Amino acid sequence: MAGIRDYGAYIPYNRLERSSIAQTWGGYPKKGEKAVANFDEDTVTMAVEAARACLSQGGNEKVDRFYFASTTAPYAEKQAASLAAAALDLSPGAFTMDVAGSLRAGTSGICAALDALRGNSATNALVTASDMRLGAPNGAKEMDFGDGAAALVLARDDVIAEIDAYYTVNHEIFDQFRPADHPYVLSWEDRFVREMGFSRVVVKAVTAAMAQFNVSWSDITIPVLTSPNPGYLKGIAKKFGWDPKLAAMDAIYPRAGNTGCAHSFLLLCHALDRAEPGDRILWANYGDGCDVMLLTVTDRILERKRGGVETQLATGSPTTYPKYLRWRNLVETEPPMRPRQEPVSAPALYRDRRCGMALQGSKCRECGTVQYPVQRICMNCRAKDSFDYYAFADRQGRVVTFSHDLLGVTPDPPTTVAAVDFEEGGRIMVDITDRDPKEIAINMAVEMTFRKFRRTNGIQVYWWKSRPVRKAQMMPLGKDQSSTVGGVAARVDGGGK
Amino acid sequence: MKGIKDKVAIIGMGCTKFGENWDMSFDDLIIDAVYEAYEDAGIGPDDIDAVWMGSYWSNLPAPSQPLATTLKLDYKPITRLENMCATASDALRNAVYGVASGACDIALAVGGEKLKDSGYSGLPTDDLAMGLVSTGPNTFRSRNFTAPSHFAMMATRYFERYGLSPEQGREMLAKIMVKNHNNGMLSPKAHFRMPITVDQVLNAPMIAWPLGLFDCCGVSDGAAAAIVVRADMAKSFRPDPVKIKACQIAVGPSEGYLNPNHDWTMVKETWVAGQKAYEEAGIKDPRAEISMAEVHDCFSITEGVIYEDLGFSTRGGMGADIEAGTFELDGDLPVNMDGGLKCFGHPIGATGLRMTYELYKQLQEKAGDRQVKNPDLGLSHNLGGTPGGCTISVNIIGH
Repeated sequence: MAGIRDYGAYIPYNRLERSSIAQTWGGYPKKGEKAVANFDEDTVTMAVEAARACLSQGGNEKVDRFYFASTTAPYAEKQAASLAAAALDLSPGAFTMDVAGSLRAGTSGICAALDALRGNSATNALVTASDMRLGAPNGAKEMDFGDGAAALVLARDDVIAEIDAYYTVNHEIFDQFRPADHPYVLSWEDRFVREMGFSRVVVKAVTAAMAQFNVSWSDITIPVLTSPNPGYLKGIAKKFGWDPKLAAMDAIYPRAGNTGCAHSFLLLCHALDRAEPGDRILWANYGDGCDVMLLTVTDRILERKRGGVETQLATGSPTTYPKYLRWRNLVETEPPMRPRQEPVSAPALYRDRRCGMALQGSKCRECGTVQYPVQRICMNCRAKDSFDYYAFADRQGRVVTFSHDLLGVTPDPPTTVAAVDFEEGGRIMVDITDRDPKEIAINMAVEMTFRKFRRTNGIQVYWWKSRPVRKAQMMPLGKDQSSTVGGVAARVDGGGK
Repeated sequence: MKGIKDKVAIIGMGCTKFGENWDMSFDDLIIDAVYEAYEDAGIGPDDIDAVWMGSYWSNLPAPSQPLATTLKLDYKPITRLENMCATASDALRNAVYGVASGACDIALAVGGEKLKDSGYSGLPTDDLAMGLVSTGPNTFRSRNFTAPSHFAMMATRYFERYGLSPEQGREMLAKIMVKNHNNGMLSPKAHFRMPITVDQVLNAPMIAWPLGLFDCCGVSDGAAAAIVVRADMAKSFRPDPVKIKACQIAVGPSEGYLNPNHDWTMVKETWVAGQKAYEEAGIKDPRAEISMAEVHDCFSITEGVIYEDLGFSTRGGMGADIEAGTFELDGDLPVNMDGGLKCFGHPIGATGLRMTYELYKQLQEKAGDRQVKNPDLGLSHNLGGTPGGCTISVNIIGH
């Protein structure tokens, strides 16, 4: 058997009111808001965030299989999984693979990971799903789509939820698609997408899967269905005979948008945050077919601190539509009269991979002083080449001093720069991102976040920034809270057929 | 005896007008500065034994050869050097060391920079001048820090440490820049020659909080040159040569970036270079013995902290000394008599020698309306880099 040992979610800090888009174009305002990746984020950085939340108890070195799923990976040729693996300091022996091309990419990764676990070719499989899809400006998809990521670690034992079985079908249809040379997601008429795509395929697949799994709706306590349009869920609920209240099953969409191939992961994480031992989850994900899985929640779920998805949803800050357009390069802005970007050197970047990608400094073996980046000669005792690598990524720091720089070139001025001292030693000079400049103060607690920096000649430099600690402390949820309505966690409780 | 004191003297100096010299090339600037120095010393190119030439970006990647071509310094040893914003001061130090070593009798130190060909204000990135890909760590280099934000971080921390509100701190610093503009008005070779008020400084557009536009120095083109000889030869060239008392450089290990013990309210490199220069020059009480100083006011906070690091003010005492007018032209210890970087701008390779030029003219009582009364010792200070890690030069010259 195999199942989910841990999970983590990441929803970007910046949020955009859908109505502000409608207001700009004079269109029909949709309710709610979408999560918007900052200018310094992409699907790799978001996957790293989610994976770090997932691996918060450590165990990076145990991961021996890593599937990176996205329809919007930064490179067509260059593996996103290897980029993220470097940032996560995964073992070089880990099997890495990108899964792309479908909103099922994430669940396809899960199926592949399950096969590897069952076939004894993996023991700890990390699967991340992250997306930041573009809908063309002034379209419904632009309002609907949000950015986000989630990660699951699958293992054979110590799982919080067994994945009892999976069932999958493929289904060829041009319902929603994006040509490789096109920036925006396209789709056919909504009714065709719903009737001939989603509704038909999901109903058929789920029905067949349940027969194969040998379960009926009375066995399922939590359905987790992902739809390209949450409006479609109502019809599905009706077809399956659920309580119509369960129609509003998508707790992520109203507050973060449809997050592409990450969406089914985020919905599952949200369900797991509220699940009880013994809950049976039917997890179905649609896109060019349908993946269906049956999960049984174990007692171990009670040992885990939960509530991470709600925390991610609740900690955000409004941004503006013009900023979003600029961050996605959808408007051309006058170049600043500043020095051009210094070209990136691939060899220099390669040499810097431990310090840069994995944020490792050194800890002197002689005097214990920690320092960043790696100092071959200790700044304290001058011992030469006597150090151990020392990871800073998961350590918390405090702002020693800062400035808000309006001269530096950035799509989100000002650039907030700071000297950050870490509670367990060491100092790094870093930007502070995802921040309200008014709130930055000396002694403010910050945490590290993996981000994009400059890009020249197609080479994207990644490094780390700090951000004010996002209230990531996960709250253990009591039993009576688990039935909170309004999300995917709404329970069927035998309410099925 | 260890040290350089009184072994070498300056017998001639030149300095161009600093500014947006659109119609002058780097070579034009160098020629004008060097020929003024020749004339001042009463010598010509054939008399020069060796040249140390400072530039940070200009005429790279091979500036020594064009210099020989420009100045027709046929078949002389010419070394181009760079030491960040202390480049010109280090060119002088090298020329002084060359003479003191006995390797040559007459050496030329020249520094220049052509910044205004870039198309923007501020300093170019390295690749613009060199056409090279940086080999430094990409991640470290990809930070979007600008010079103003680095120095602004010193102000943020200084205000916090000494209990100043941002408003109080900014007003204290504004007075430094008002002083420098008052002095710059009296400097014919300065770039900016207009008075400014504290209100103007405080209400100017923000550049890098808490520093506004008038907390920052200008960006200019310029060049300056000095001819140095063995001290025992000096009087054969002119009656009023100026002696070198100390030439010190301190390069810090970037503790501001690495070491939590560095608190961003002082620049240790300045303190170290100052102490070594005082020792070399035999100065016990700098506040009393130094007659005047030209210091690196790239930003208002920089000059303020320099007062403390050079021992002109006590720690945390800059505010009281600024209030008392200590560093005004008619104060106890005039600083930046010519208007400083604030009014001259900062052509990197030229600035240190421009400072020396002012001290040299003051010591010869030729500073016109800016003349300090009976100066005996003048100190020049450059900060190359940022408060977190820098090259500091402290040169002292006098009678």
